[in-house]
Amino acid sequence: MIAIVDYGVGNLFSLKSSFSFIGQEAEVTGDPARILAADRVVLPGVGAFGDAADKLRVNGLDKAVCEAAGRGTPLLGICLGMQLLFECSEEFGTHKGLGLIPGRVVSMRSVVPEELKLPQIGWNGLHLIGTHPLFRNTREGDQVYFVHSFHGTDCADSLLATTEYGGSITAAVGKANVMGCQFHPEKSGKVGLSILKAFAETENYSC
Amino acid sequence: MISKRIIPCLDVRNGRVVKGIQFENLKDVSSPAELAAFYSESGADELVFYDITASAEHRGLFTECLRKVARRVFIPLTVGGGINSLEDFDTVLKCGADKVSVNSCAVRNPGLIDEAARRYGSQCVVLSADVKRVDGQFHVFVRGGREDTGLDALKWIKEGIDRGAGEIVLNSMDTDGVKQGFDLPLLNAVCAFSPVPVIASGGAGCAQDFVTLFKQCPKVDAGLAASIFHFGEVRISEVKQLMKQNGIPVREVI
Repeated sequence: MIAIVDYGVGNLFSLKSSFSFIGQEAEVTGDPARILAADRVVLPGVGAFGDAADKLRVNGLDKAVCEAAGRGTPLLGICLGMQLLFECSEEFGTHKGLGLIPGRVVSMRSVVPEELKLPQIGWNGLHLIGTHPLFRNTREGDQVYFVHSFHGTDCADSLLATTEYGGSITAAVGKANVMGCQFHPEKSGKVGLSILKAFAETENYSC
Repeated sequence: MISKRIIPCLDVRNGRVVKGIQFENLKDVSSPAELAAFYSESGADELVFYDITASAEHRGLFTECLRKVARRVFIPLTVGGGINSLEDFDTVLKCGADKVSVNSCAVRNPGLIDEAARRYGSQCVVLSADVKRVDGQFHVFVRGGREDTGLDALKWIKEGIDRGAGEIVLNSMDTDGVKQGFDLPLLNAVCAFSPVPVIASGGAGCAQDFVTLFKQCPKVDAGLAASIFHFGEVRISEVKQLMKQNGIPVREVI
């Protein structure tokens, strides 16, 4: 069973639907016990980092996610859920993340020139770094859907993919069984579904 | 580089698509889920659904149809029409919508934009504006274009962005239905100050109109159209092919 962590943020209906579309059973849950019992865990999220981090701490969901990850359960963070995997974020002050991936979350403005709009909203191509099981069905340049103003930095060792938006932007990270996509695979058509399928099926996550 | 988006728009009444036509391999042209899947397969980058159901008692049909769409179509979905409160936001977001578009109700109650942006994030709040020239000025119209509010459109859109709208759908009533191309002067006027994405609506008559749009208004992020796609006059793949030939970044149809 795939547990989709429900802490009150994000389009969970589409996420659950995308897994069932590829023949995977997913359960939307806010129960730490269900998260610990799951074969895989998905941490979704939209909105502001600080609010989301606070909500995740309610009922000890943050501890359950970290404990599951510590046991080796494959974990996929999506959009803000990916940003929460980092050590900290500088969105509206400094906020502590889960610390499962080394690095921090900063405004893209340090990379993106003034003439480009933030947030980045829309479809952009993936530049894949190395070969990772999560992207075994993905080709260089395949486009996925992004909505974000912040991104991960100081995470060179765990970088799996970048995208070009006035500069190089962190699109995906991975460290052993913990992975994150800045884009929304559940909103990225066939390319996105193939990434979710790879997450749901691949057993070995070592790079 | 980020792609320019092509967005078909579907009007839904009592859970059925209005104005559908016969496409190959499409059994039920009035089924929102079937038409949405067809558009998604054809390369639509996003879909907009407007609920034009008149009576409150039939509103449930729309949310049910939205759920059906979200179960099989995995591209961003925007929902508009009849959104008057945070509860309305909540209802459609729980059925698979990613963004919610507000129009008349935001003019009546601009605070709704602030509240929705605070609760769901700006990326979720789309301000849709119906704009028409009156005595050489851009005015905002409401109630499906029937009522002139007298509001200056550029000022209203700026206010909406300041309040937290994360995207603008700019529908020109002057070019809508004429099929002679998008309203480039209006779009350029809004793009000159908008820090958020602008979606052009109203006037598309052929694939070339999208090329002209993105060439003449390079800051426009997306082009929206309804009838030319529904009536099969123009295929999305055709639009994207022509855009690509003209050096405009597009997401290729797989």
